[in-house]
Amino acid sequence: MSAAAAPDVPVRPPRRRSPRRLRLWLATVLLLAVAAVWVYPFAWVVSASLKDQLEVFTAGLDLVPESPQWGNYARAWVDADFAGYMLNTVLVTVGTVAVVVIRCAMAGYVLARYDFLGRKAVLLVLVVTLFVPAGYTIIPVVELTQQLGLLNSLTGMVVALSGGGHVAAVLLYMGYFRGIPRELEEAAVIDRAGFFTIFTRVMLPLAGPVTATVVVLTFLATWNAFFLPLVFTFSRPELRTLSVGMQAFVGQNSVDWPGMAAAGTISLLPIVALFLVLQRYFFDGIAGAVKS
Amino acid sequence: MSTTTAPLPTAAAGPTPGADPASRHRARQHAARWWIYLFLLPTAVLYGAYTLWPVLASWWYSLLSWSGFESEKTFVGLQNYADVLADPLFLNSFKLTLLFMVVTVPLRVFAALALAVLLNHPRLPLQRLFRTAFFLPVVTTTAIVGVVMQFIFDPASGPVNLALGGLGIPPVDWLGSPETALWTVMVVHTWKWLGVTMIYWLAALQTIPRELVEAAQVDGADARRTFTSITLPLMVPFLVIITLLTVEQNLQVFDLMLTMTGGGPFFATEVIELYIYRWAFASSVPQLGFASAAAVVLGLVLLVIGVGQLLGIRAARRLAGGGR
Repeated sequence: MSAAAAPDVPVRPPRRRSPRRLRLWLATVLLLAVAAVWVYPFAWVVSASLKDQLEVFTAGLDLVPESPQWGNYARAWVDADFAGYMLNTVLVTVGTVAVVVIRCAMAGYVLARYDFLGRKAVLLVLVVTLFVPAGYTIIPVVELTQQLGLLNSLTGMVVALSGGGHVAAVLLYMGYFRGIPRELEEAAVIDRAGFFTIFTRVMLPLAGPVTATVVVLTFLATWNAFFLPLVFTFSRPELRTLSVGMQAFVGQNSVDWPGMAAAGTISLLPIVALFLVLQRYFFDGIAGAVKS
Repeated sequence: MSTTTAPLPTAAAGPTPGADPASRHRARQHAARWWIYLFLLPTAVLYGAYTLWPVLASWWYSLLSWSGFESEKTFVGLQNYADVLADPLFLNSFKLTLLFMVVTVPLRVFAALALAVLLNHPRLPLQRLFRTAFFLPVVTTTAIVGVVMQFIFDPASGPVNLALGGLGIPPVDWLGSPETALWTVMVVHTWKWLGVTMIYWLAALQTIPRELVEAAQVDGADARRTFTSITLPLMVPFLVIITLLTVEQNLQVFDLMLTMTGGGPFFATEVIELYIYRWAFASSVPQLGFASAAAVVLGLVLLVIGVGQLLGIRAARRLAGGGR
């Protein structure tokens, strides 16, 4: 490629504008095609969720349903109990996000601004276990939860999900709190504010952007969690989350494509909507891993 | 707030010992000691119980014969390790995990780089739309995407085979045949997570000073020349970090693999995570000690990668430092 292009270079300046613009247009068209492939599966799911049983199999690649079959949604929501799964998922997600934000903000704060016995050890342990996958810890987690009497409960799920991992959130808070100037704290001390007041009234409000990022990333991880909710609800189907419920639904009704598609649309809609509204925080949160 | 004015004189009388910022700070540190440990408590308890303890307990459990959470544990020494390493299906799962990594990691890293370089072009129209579209699969629930993909790749009525049929290509049983199943999951996995790596690269590309590119253009460098002599060298340290992050992420394929193939057909897609799951949860007589031994072996592999990661990041820092 480069060898063939090299003789071009001297001739380029006179006809500089048009080939450049042409290449830009080619890139745009190419990207449009790839982007279409990228979002196609989602378009397919939404389309299939509005077709009737027969149409899904016979309509071929046509994405527009003949007449929207809203009954598919009723079937998924009521009969397959996706209403219940949705409620479980919301409760687990909200609970986990709350616990993670509180515990990670507190830990990040003291790790960033105080020198204490064992600080280095805590940091070392956190960094070493930064990427422990669920598959590695699941057996002891189930054993422990069972002994605590929390297996087969949403509480148990919240405790396990908020306890496992989230090192990145601690590190995010730590990095942010470290950058806040001492004078702010000093001023608060002069105001006779105690440790806890400084944290809740001064530090935490300042960390708003980090909290937004941590909320978004934890929400994403919890809403999409599968392994742990799957294993935690083997004997209590009514406690399934959306991801687990979807798998069970397909296991039981493998021919009900429109119902499956409706259930999938219901499950994906909240997280996709959240992403479209709060894109910036998603990108910032993800990019943070490289910047640090 | 009402006390704001009262302490001011104290602050003004600064020179008195004990009131200078440093020693006041020290005094406060002392008083705050209990608060510090109190603040660490939730993380210590939760993280300790649900991340640290499991890591350590796996080692102990791997030495036990233990068939089900309710049943007796018997110490059997290293027997589980001998069994795991002698099991051809474990070696099979190990090989599949490696193959999966070897194919998907470079694919993700370099395809995302190409995408990011295109998206980073200052005059590209619809930039934000593209970024959103490529990131969309990342936010969606993997287990649900996995189920949906069963239908997308359905041999008879799935849109993939319908589209290929339109081109005159005979239908392929993508997930049903051992030859194609793993490759199909690799494609879907790359589709699902490419957006993350793309965002990594975009963040990395943002660190290139604009003046540097402009200076090169003033000197008559064309786009390709600018890319090879400015962009690429500056991206090398990021390449190390991004590759390592991608390796860690691509080891975790449980959700997608279980919902797309369940490890089948004939164990053709049973990666290590599924192997552990099968022995611990999906078999009629669970073998928790045996599964733990497999998990410990996986953990050791992760440890090696983690150490490699630390060394890699060190090397990357040195490269970044030397470049300046």
